[in-house]
Amino acid sequence: MAQRLRTDAVPDELPEEQPGNGGGAGTRPRAVNDVPTRLDRVFAGITTTAGLTVLTLLTLVGIFLFLRSREAFDTVGWSFFTTFEWRIDSTPAVFGVVGLAVGTVLVAIIAVTIAIPLGVCAALFISDYATGRVRGFLVGLVDLLAAIPSLLFGLWGLLLLSSQIVPLSAWLGRHLRWFPPFRVAADAGLDNSMFIAGIVVSLMVLPIIAAVTREVFSQTPPNEKEAALALGGTKWGMIRMVVLPYGRGGIIGGSMLGLGRALGETIAVSLLLPQVPKVTGRILENGGATVSGFIVRRFGGGELNTSALMAAGLVLFGMTLVTNMLASVIISRSRSGVGVEV
Amino acid sequence: MVAALAPAAEPTAGPAPPARRRPREFTAVDYGTIGGSALSALTLTWLIFARLTDGVGWLGFLVVAYVAFLVLFGLVTADRIGVLAAKDRLATVTITSGAMLLLAPLLWLVGYVLVKGLPGLRPSFFTHDMRGVTPTMPASAGGGLHAIIGSLQQVGLALLITVPLAVSTAVFLNETRSRLRRPVRIVVDAMSGMPSVVAGLFIYATFVIPYGGQIDLFGFNGFMAALALSMIMLPTITRTVEVVLRLVPDGLREASLSLGASRARTVWSVVLPTARSGVTTAVVLGIARAVGETAPLLFTAFGYQLINSNPFANPQESLPLFVFRSITQPQQSMIDRGFTGALVLMLVVLGLFALARFIGRDRTRSRRRTGQAPAMPTGADIFEALPGPGAPVSVAQKGS
Amino acid sequence: MTDFATDVPQGPPRLAPPAAPDAEQTQTINVLPGGPPVKLVGGPPPGAATIESRGAHAWFGDHLVLEDVHIAMPPGEVTALIGPSGCGKSTFLRLLNRMHELVPSASLAGEILLDGEDIYRPGIRAQQVRMRIGMVFQKPNPFPAMSIRDNVLAGLKLARIKCSDKAGLVEQSLLRAGLWREVRDRLGSPGGALSGGQQQRLCIARALAVQPNALLMDEPCSALDPTSTRRIEETIAELRHNVTIVIVTHNMQQAYRVSDRCAFFLAAENEPGRVVEQGATETMFSAPEDQRTLAYVEGRFG
Repeated sequence: MAQRLRTDAVPDELPEEQPGNGGGAGTRPRAVNDVPTRLDRVFAGITTTAGLTVLTLLTLVGIFLFLRSREAFDTVGWSFFTTFEWRIDSTPAVFGVVGLAVGTVLVAIIAVTIAIPLGVCAALFISDYATGRVRGFLVGLVDLLAAIPSLLFGLWGLLLLSSQIVPLSAWLGRHLRWFPPFRVAADAGLDNSMFIAGIVVSLMVLPIIAAVTREVFSQTPPNEKEAALALGGTKWGMIRMVVLPYGRGGIIGGSMLGLGRALGETIAVSLLLPQVPKVTGRILENGGATVSGFIVRRFGGGELNTSALMAAGLVLFGMTLVTNMLASVIISRSRSGVGVEV
Repeated sequence: MVAALAPAAEPTAGPAPPARRRPREFTAVDYGTIGGSALSALTLTWLIFARLTDGVGWLGFLVVAYVAFLVLFGLVTADRIGVLAAKDRLATVTITSGAMLLLAPLLWLVGYVLVKGLPGLRPSFFTHDMRGVTPTMPASAGGGLHAIIGSLQQVGLALLITVPLAVSTAVFLNETRSRLRRPVRIVVDAMSGMPSVVAGLFIYATFVIPYGGQIDLFGFNGFMAALALSMIMLPTITRTVEVVLRLVPDGLREASLSLGASRARTVWSVVLPTARSGVTTAVVLGIARAVGETAPLLFTAFGYQLINSNPFANPQESLPLFVFRSITQPQQSMIDRGFTGALVLMLVVLGLFALARFIGRDRTRSRRRTGQAPAMPTGADIFEALPGPGAPVSVAQKGS
Repeated sequence: MTDFATDVPQGPPRLAPPAAPDAEQTQTINVLPGGPPVKLVGGPPPGAATIESRGAHAWFGDHLVLEDVHIAMPPGEVTALIGPSGCGKSTFLRLLNRMHELVPSASLAGEILLDGEDIYRPGIRAQQVRMRIGMVFQKPNPFPAMSIRDNVLAGLKLARIKCSDKAGLVEQSLLRAGLWREVRDRLGSPGGALSGGQQQRLCIARALAVQPNALLMDEPCSALDPTSTRRIEETIAELRHNVTIVIVTHNMQQAYRVSDRCAFFLAAENEPGRVVEQGATETMFSAPEDQRTLAYVEGRFG
């Protein structure tokens, strides 16, 4: 690939120039200047304005988000991060983000736990097992899954899927009671649980993980794959020795991107969960609230309510921001991720 | 002097043409094992659940049967051809079936929406709003026209704001050398992770609450929804377009510059046209995403029962809002109407998706089949793309 | 250089799936002079193998690239496949260890016999063939993220061969490949950190660790400097008694230096590749039967 061309006034270095030498015959690098045309100036003006606009707007958004949530923080201070109940209307108002955060993270973890093996499987199949037309078809399928609005997933999950999963939840609660998250109270309802929400969200997260890991697996150097096969390895042995280690960064990064998406999922969880803040690890029972689902349920109240919701939203934004940034770093640092667009 | 090669021997009518073959990994015995294991797994699972323990629901049944199938297949194959080969076969079967599992929920979802929404898909759905419709009236009364108009207007406005800004910013990030690029890129990346609900909440708290009472423009209306949608679409479209621009080979830019075009002219006449289908695909996919967004609309457009064709004043309905509100009502007629809306929404998204794939298809494939080389841009192509006098501008005239 | 003869006499060929699950083929070898013998379980039977191709044809899609190739590659000898580029030499080489079928549109006809058994007989797994017939590629391809030691042992791990003395085996393989002295004190450093010639020798060591019966080399020195080339040619000369070597080379002088037998491939325009002549190297170079062979070895084309 050719060097990036430069037209700003940067002097070209002559190859025989010794830095710090002064140059025997007084040879110095020449300044190379290019005079921009009027069209160039207009172009630079438009693009820079666009960039500046975007920069300013989005930064302002960030600032306003902060300002708007100030009222909430002024009212309850740091206890926002330690309280789990949400009683806005009582005096004094007591509210905090913990119940919401716990629910958000639990649902996201369930979703990602289901989505990672399925997504990696699908990606491996597409990159290493499928042939021509099947591959194109499956890639399209994965993209289609990503395009379907989460509203449709939410209503399918609420009206159809949840009733089908309830027997499974009941069985798990009865027979796997030794695993604490699976404990179920005798009279608890099971159709609005974090487990079901997690399953529905996993379908939305699956395409992201599958797409990123597929990208990464397909960049495995073919020489190394050939070498493993020529040594007497089976296909699976080759995948374990070459493809998976090479793609490790992509798998982790893709999973974190999926996690970020799951954290921010709104509509489906607002339909599926009762959205009452509660710190509970019992994923099979009814119960649980996520930040975004809660915001949808509770918006409208007075200034304080809005500010508090804004603060919760800010916390959520922080979580997704950190997750996405970590994912970017992991992917770009890994052997496989150098060329991958995230 | 090169020695003359003896002419190749003519193929004689000798022995029969050789039997061509392609070695196969999975033999007939393997397929038989798969079938047998599947059958055994199903029977075993039925035995366990129907006879020995309480039921677990058909979903759980399938899960257990699937696991049993894998275990049985693995054991039988290991016994037949050894552990190493068995692991490989098992891996192939697992990965293949796991990938196919993707199909199942998608088909189920699409089928469900289709089945529930199709009965209500009448012309009246597209010509009526909910005027005068009471909860006791059947699902055939009323329609979703107000929602469709609202969606069209809101997404349309959002596009109007977002696309020029996003494309210009992408060009800024990829085609210029400004020092501002780094902060802009960081901010765009950060904002692309913003949950859509926060975007809606932001517009709500910044415009609607403080000024909505006094100024109609800042109240609940379609314009506010469009603003929220723009906040969500802008980072995504910017990043996708930037990727597309990066895919345009540098060789094209160099060719154009060496012909005497300025950098601006290069971008306008060479880079953007080359990236056109990619940019269009990015925009179409952005539309598909925006059409399905629900949460931000709750705080901005708010929803309304009747047609409101002025997005700049008064609450407006939109397709996802219509579906969301209808489905959560207790009356069956409302739910049915909601499903019809969901079907329309799904068809719109699928249609947009198919459009994006069509636009972004690999056109070189058709040329390869006819034997032509894939299209490499020649100097002539770029020449033609540059308007004005054909001769390159001389160095002395630049800058005028 | 010491000769690494095996103790166990030649056993019967074991390619076909035995009636009992993977019978463990046990080989005891003298890895290092004066050291304890090393047991390898699950690997190839000992000794150099005879490879023979009978009427081999190869297609990519519908395009015939090799026609009716009959070549005998006797054990303990180095057979060179020579000819101008594009004649199907590499394709033929990949027929010998069933790498040809990795290309989705590829098909073949004819028989490839390893110690008398057709390796393409239905029921015989490609993995077993590739364990017995190793390959070294034109561009060195060690596993860059794995250490040198793990690179050498990779073949054992992939084919599930158990070894009683891994360190000894690593040393033996690197010695045979002519790389031991240069890397003996940095066996843990990554394989990608070596120079081109060292990487290729590492690949040879990796292929040898499995104790294959034959080794296929696809222009192994074309990407290397003369010193590395010379070293590898020395290695080939030492290996030949225990491992049948088939080498594709463009370099006629190399073919002359290194091989005992030659097969000359040629493909006319729009025609599949065929073997024009084969025989002892001396004869091929001094008094070939075919005009075209003479023209080629005299450098008049190619």
